[in-house]
Amino acid sequence: MASGVLVFAEQRDGKVRKVVYELLNIGKQIADKMGGPLSAVIVGKNVGELGKSLGKFGAQKVYVADGDLFQLYSTEGYAGAVTAAVKAADPAVLLVGTTAMGKDLTPRVAARLGVGAASDCTKVEVEAGKLVATRPVYSGKCYVKVEFAGTPAIAAIRPNTYPVAAEAGGSAELVNVDAGVSALKAKVTQVVKSGEGKIELTEAEKIVSGGRGMKDKANFKILEDLAGVIKAAVGASRAAVDSGYAPVDIQVGQTGKVVNPSLYMAFGISGAIQHLAGMRTSKVIVAVNKDPEAPIFQKADYGIVDDLFKVVPLMTEEFKKLLAE
Amino acid sequence: MKVLVCLKQTPDTEATIKITGDGKGIEEQNIKWVMSPYDEFAVEEAIRLKEKKGGETVVVSMGPDRAVEAMRTALAMGMDRGVHCWDPAFAGSDALATAKILAAVVKKENPDLILCGRQAIDFDQAQVPAFLAELLGLPQVYMAAKIDLQDGKAVVNRRIEGGEEIVETSLPAVITCDKGLNEPRYASLPGIMKAKKKEVKKFTLADSGLAASDVGAGGAKLKVIQYLPLPERPPGKVFKGEETADMVKKVVRLLRDEAKVI
Repeated sequence: MASGVLVFAEQRDGKVRKVVYELLNIGKQIADKMGGPLSAVIVGKNVGELGKSLGKFGAQKVYVADGDLFQLYSTEGYAGAVTAAVKAADPAVLLVGTTAMGKDLTPRVAARLGVGAASDCTKVEVEAGKLVATRPVYSGKCYVKVEFAGTPAIAAIRPNTYPVAAEAGGSAELVNVDAGVSALKAKVTQVVKSGEGKIELTEAEKIVSGGRGMKDKANFKILEDLAGVIKAAVGASRAAVDSGYAPVDIQVGQTGKVVNPSLYMAFGISGAIQHLAGMRTSKVIVAVNKDPEAPIFQKADYGIVDDLFKVVPLMTEEFKKLLAE
Repeated sequence: MKVLVCLKQTPDTEATIKITGDGKGIEEQNIKWVMSPYDEFAVEEAIRLKEKKGGETVVVSMGPDRAVEAMRTALAMGMDRGVHCWDPAFAGSDALATAKILAAVVKKENPDLILCGRQAIDFDQAQVPAFLAELLGLPQVYMAAKIDLQDGKAVVNRRIEGGEEIVETSLPAVITCDKGLNEPRYASLPGIMKAKKKEVKKFTLADSGLAASDVGAGGAKLKVIQYLPLPERPPGKVFKGEETADMVKKVVRLLRDEAKVI
């Protein structure tokens, strides 16, 4: 009888992604309600120690697929490993983070297991002993609550939805699994890094975003200064990207990244539906726009109707003062 | 080179979505239906590949009769012909059932490459391409920002957090297309005229060779219990007409004292 929760512990370059600790936190709560253990699966090269460290965050068992084949992500290799871990652990629930890796991996694992998966969930809970997930649809214009017909129930969860698990003193038992894959039809030959040291938008606690009102690429410098003071990531609206003010990889919205920070600050962004789709689950929204009719003000918790070029430098100074207190 | 594009017709990005009274669906009247925006990148890429390498482009869609309109848009952009999968038995199909139907088409068409949009912007699940690849035993690459076809393989740049993965895949493969891959063209007037005459073949349950129990709502692995409206956001505090410095001070203070995010 399937029981407990298995968490996919995504790692890159020997670092476990932050969302994994969030999954361990909610995973423990689900496991306690449904009955059964909390376990994790980690895939990579020389990741045994890293796997073991997850014990401190509540994982009782960690399934490990280790080897050269797993050094870089591949759909086949990782889906094989996670499927093998599911067969070994027989969990009632599999949790994955909605990341670039999670988006590629989750449906493939679901397909292999012949079960359904819920993508990009913003809530998971237990009702009548079963997992129920809530997720945005129609670009966040409404939500659906879904249930699962097969086992395990697979839910991919949006980063920053739950707090991270607290570090306790536990230790995890390591169990090796065989992915059953020896050659890959599609493999990553290279990882090209950009924006080294920058805070990843999808994981950021705070985001400072600019829109068409930024008027020029060079003006993003003032947002970067502000972001630097409050340790925020910098984002942009589609209008700003399409106007050439910002690169496409920082676009927030329906055709860009979906973000979920504690604080989202929108400067010179009107608040088109497709932008809201990418940031409306932000816990606190601040809008600064010259146009008092801008739709973004209807979504904002705090707003300033004024010229952003006057507001941003003052705000940067004000935050500096506040943080120095 | 034969490229097959799977597309879905979805509500327009600006459409207002209203939940039906019973909470089991959305009100479909008054919705403007379009090709899911990410699918446009797939269609554009297929047409460009044909322009460069020759061959054939086929567009496939599973959905009710109105889905043919979105297929006509793809044909007007320059795709060669269409296969429209519909049968009353297909109604309510989830990602797995949809992938089974599309896989039946792929097996008959034998394309060298299958392109999809990154996700359909209605259910935003992004699952059908992976299910399709798994059913066909093919490799998949999600969210391509660049596709370079070489002898019997494709080199794909895939955007990840803080950079890109360069993926080398054998063909055929299922590749999903992200924004930035290309700039989709608009359908020209002659293109629209030509599209009207292009073949769109119907593909039914009988054509698929599947059993009615394999598809439709009955076999769904993921079941919608209820549609929920967005939670109301209490009205915010918007400052205007005061000295900029005063307004900034107030908001910064509120972010610490009230919102507690700084």
